[in-house]
Amino acid sequence: MRRTHVSTRLNGDNVDFLCEPRQSLLEVLRDNLGLTGSKEGCNNGNCGACSVILNGRVVNSCCVLAVETEGAEVTTIEGIAEGDRLHPLQQVFLEEAALQCGICTPGFIVASKALLDKEPHPDEARVRHWLANNLCRCTGYDKIVRAVLKASDQMEAKV
Amino acid sequence: MDAFEYVAPRTLDEAYAAMSNGKTTALLAGGTDVIVQLRENRRHADQVLDVKHIPELMALKITADGGLSIGAAVPCAVIYENAEIAAKFPAVIDSASLIGGIQIQGRASLGGNVCNASPAADSIPSLIAQDTRLVIGSKSGTRELPIEEFFAGPGKNNLQPGELLIQLKIPAPKPRSGAFFNRFIPRNEMDIAVVNAGARIQLADDGETIADAKVAIGAVAPTPLVVPAAAQALIGKPANEETFAAAGEASAAAATPIADMRGSVAQRKHLAKVLTVRALRGALERAKENS
Ligand SMILES: Cc1cc2nc3c(=O)[nH]c(=O)nc-3n(C[C@H](O)[C@H](O)[C@H](O)COP(=O)(O)OP(=O)(O)OC[C@H]3O[C@@H](n4cnc5c(N)ncnc54)[C@H](O)[C@@H]3O)c2cc1C
Ligand code: FES
Ligand code: FES
Repeated sequence: MRRTHVSTRLNGDNVDFLCEPRQSLLEVLRDNLGLTGSKEGCNNGNCGACSVILNGRVVNSCCVLAVETEGAEVTTIEGIAEGDRLHPLQQVFLEEAALQCGICTPGFIVASKALLDKEPHPDEARVRHWLANNLCRCTGYDKIVRAVLKASDQMEAKV
Repeated sequence: MDAFEYVAPRTLDEAYAAMSNGKTTALLAGGTDVIVQLRENRRHADQVLDVKHIPELMALKITADGGLSIGAAVPCAVIYENAEIAAKFPAVIDSASLIGGIQIQGRASLGGNVCNASPAADSIPSLIAQDTRLVIGSKSGTRELPIEEFFAGPGKNNLQPGELLIQLKIPAPKPRSGAFFNRFIPRNEMDIAVVNAGARIQLADDGETIADAKVAIGAVAPTPLVVPAAAQALIGKPANEETFAAAGEASAAAATPIADMRGSVAQRKHLAKVLTVRALRGALERAKENS
């Protein structure tokens, strides 16, 4: 199959890549571009481990064709920190031990960032509802939800 | 997944031309059904045609006559974030806001939900109850049909080769009318409906008698189902629990569900009744707000 040329903005940089039309964005991120932070849990839209922000909305990158991102703006877990400075969500996930095996963590952080960008002060119910498409087999979710709420408080304190 | 080509037409005419080039085509809106189907080899295509760059399919507006026109590919999140639509067409929002989670709602469209034709699809009973009409286009022009005539079986719709869904049109809500949709799932979020139900009622001038009604249920038959017997049990009667219970019984009687891991036949029939009654209560509340 002929490969298609795609130009996109990925984590703030202009990135060009070649891919097959059938390749998912997740596959291209991991296999063609070496960005292995986004995880493949289910490859069918259910687990959220592959979450990325596409043109301002969090989506499952396993349910997006890479060719669809021509001219799009994509943020992956690799684009969440500012250089060496972790995003408050990343810092708090570490401090609060909001992870065990860690497979789900990139997806939770990307999805939570999309929430806090849109709504800086969500309550617990809102956080739980927003994260319903992110599955975690280890933590039981409580620590994750607490970490997101704490990051939200910290980000507020800074402004 | 077999290899395919990707085309992203900018106009309806470009789309129709691409759809008649002899290749097997899969249309792609939000991709939340079709990409997984292609990957799991449940479906094959020589070309995937992305409809999201066709302006008519991405348009969303309340029309001059107060109706709602939804481009087939508009994502659910774009619909429910629109405050005017949320206020005037709350039953559309009932459905759009519970299809999948946030990641799905940013991509999934009502057009895709309808065309995928799952018996359990969560937009369909609510769209049926609201008398939605589908605008279907092809090289030879457009046609319109009531949404309840669109379904042929599980996963099968009545589109002919070369046709695509352009738009869903919901008529302006009548005075003293309201619509409501609900479903039953074992979890709080993110699951396939065991049964779902949508209802619309319009109250007469007296504010008590039901002047018009429509009920539709899902996941209880090979296609989403209109229940004329439920409407009959409602029209001309007072809008109260006794009337709603009779309509619920009509839904249970109309349901011909299968038993599977999600539920037994008896449970699904029971749910058809309960969810019909709850949809009617919700519709009544909204009809009163709309008086
Ligand atoms: C994790 C997960 C959770 C889900 N939860 C729910 C749920 O709670 N409730 C529910 O009802 N569904 C659910 N779904 C199914 C799916 O998300 C919905 O059916 C969605 O609305 C499909 O829309 P789409 O735009 O993604 O369609 P696509 O996948 O792009 O298309 C769906 C089908 O319609 C065809 N099609 C698309 N656009 C057109 C058009 N304009 N004209 C003709 N044919 C067209 C496609 O070829 C395909 O056959 C879920 C899916 C996933 C992966
Ligand atoms: S890998 Fe994409 S949702 Fe699970
Ligand atoms: S930490 Fe293991 S799946 Fe969430």
